Amino acid sequence: MSVLVVVECADGEVKKSSLEVASYGAQVAAQLGTTATAIAVGHANEANLAKLGEQGITKVLFDAEPRLKDFVNNAYTKLIATAAEQEQAKIIVLANSNIGAAVGSRLSVRLKASLATNVVELPKTDGGQFTVKRGAFSGKAFSDVVLSGDRKIIAVKKNSTEAKHDDGKTAEVVSFAAQLSDADFADAPTQVIMQDQAGGVLLPEAELVVSGGRGMKGPENWGLIEDLAKALGAGTACSKPVSDVDWRPHHEHVGQTGITISPNLYIACGISGAIQHLAGVNSSKVIVVINKDPEAPFFKAADYGIVGDVFDVLPKLTAAVKALN
Amino acid sequence: MKFLVCISNVPDTTTKIAFTPDNKEFNKAGVQFVINPWDEYALTRAIELKEAAGSGTVTVLNVGEADTEPNIRKALAIGADDAIRVNAAPQDAYFVAEQIAAIAKEGAYDVILMGKESIDYNGFQVHGMVGEMLGIPTVAPAMKLDMSGNTATLEREIEGGKEIVTVNTPFVASCQQPMCEPRIPNMRGIMTARTKPLKVVPAIGEPARTTVAEFALPPKKQGVKLIDAENAGELIKLLRNEAKVI
Repeated sequence: MSVLVVVECADGEVKKSSLEVASYGAQVAAQLGTTATAIAVGHANEANLAKLGEQGITKVLFDAEPRLKDFVNNAYTKLIATAAEQEQAKIIVLANSNIGAAVGSRLSVRLKASLATNVVELPKTDGGQFTVKRGAFSGKAFSDVVLSGDRKIIAVKKNSTEAKHDDGKTAEVVSFAAQLSDADFADAPTQVIMQDQAGGVLLPEAELVVSGGRGMKGPENWGLIEDLAKALGAGTACSKPVSDVDWRPHHEHVGQTGITISPNLYIACGISGAIQHLAGVNSSKVIVVINKDPEAPFFKAADYGIVGDVFDVLPKLTAAVKALN
Repeated sequence: MKFLVCISNVPDTTTKIAFTPDNKEFNKAGVQFVINPWDEYALTRAIELKEAAGSGTVTVLNVGEADTEPNIRKALAIGADDAIRVNAAPQDAYFVAEQIAAIAKEGAYDVILMGKESIDYNGFQVHGMVGEMLGIPTVAPAMKLDMSGNTATLEREIEGGKEIVTVNTPFVASCQQPMCEPRIPNMRGIMTARTKPLKVVPAIGEPARTTVAEFALPPKKQGVKLIDAENAGELIKLLRNEAKVI
């Protein structure tokens, strides 16, 4: 009986969302009086895996098969299922990412496990029931879900739990071979194309986000958004109308039919705040709204607001951030 | 090519979410239900691929009670050829996946498409479960889908980029933008949809593995603190010293 944590790596680094997952898994293990083991997927580096001790992981399984560098659904599923059997894991924790959801859903069938995605808090285990809180209705609500059965899989929403750091602690990295065959790599990607990350901040994992709507008037004005984002070290996002007319790529679209994010700070520039947009961002810890229309509905959902022209206000904010740093 | 497109019946995106007094169920009173917006990409793309090939069929599948039929008819009006409704309330993702897998197997469908997730329960689970139950590949979430004979080329979104994936039929894909421009029904479609076959079948399989104990709404905001536009830099100080987020 143990907790198995799936950690996604890219370019040798453990992804931020996977640090959160590792910390979550270690806390679940502590709740249940057991230990947390991690299994690494993606382009991992052993020295960085050992540092997962800081999040409370005791052991990290690492399969050096080079084809695991890219996401291969079947291979990842088999790798994690094999690790779960070896470790007799009753709880598997992964990130609610595109990879985590794709693998977690297949694993739930293979391992006969119950599955909850989009989980935002540690489980409650009192009264013989195992209950997790998850986001529902695209950020408009939460639901407490009871997971039945002997084995459970939890996909943790990004930025909703904090990664703890216990400096200096290290995890033991153990080599692991899932005996993957060519057939397991049949659905391997033929090509992987990464976006050119402005400032290197990935939107779904960003702690600070600067976002623009139709009030920005055109893609040529996005420099104002990017300048503030760069000064803050923030990611950039946009509303649906903006991605619909191709001012910005669709992966920046936050909202009910885009991505839902929960950064520490969300700055909305020239976005009126339609209910579909609010759904995607209302779990942000602090919301700032800049809009020249004092009646914009977004102000009702905001913590701080500036009624003013984004073209005047944004350069002032950028200058103020630079002055602060 | 036989396409199976799975649609779910969800509250319209403008819906203000409310629950029954015991917080155990979504309050449907006065709510307009629509085809899940993500599923519209799957439906339209299946129809486009069928049209491009000049042959094939598109079947829509819904797991739901009789009140979902208006949206099934809408899918037929958009261009699906026939429909199947599994007559049961969708209990959880596993239960729904079991129904889809059984029908996909029985009907020997080549391509099983659905939206990335439903906008009500946001499970993002059914695609992978169906793929695993049938022992076939899943590509999720797919931004692009092209077919050439029995081979499909898809773009899968990953965090920070995309992968090009090639799979042979049968396979499952969960769809999202910018796969296509979702179609709306035209008058001719609406007229012909009335007479297209809609088969109702009973549910099968094991009971659900998860149950909702309670729903809750997010906590309300305290109210907005306004900062004068002339003095916008003040905001940055507040974000650092008061909100402590930068």
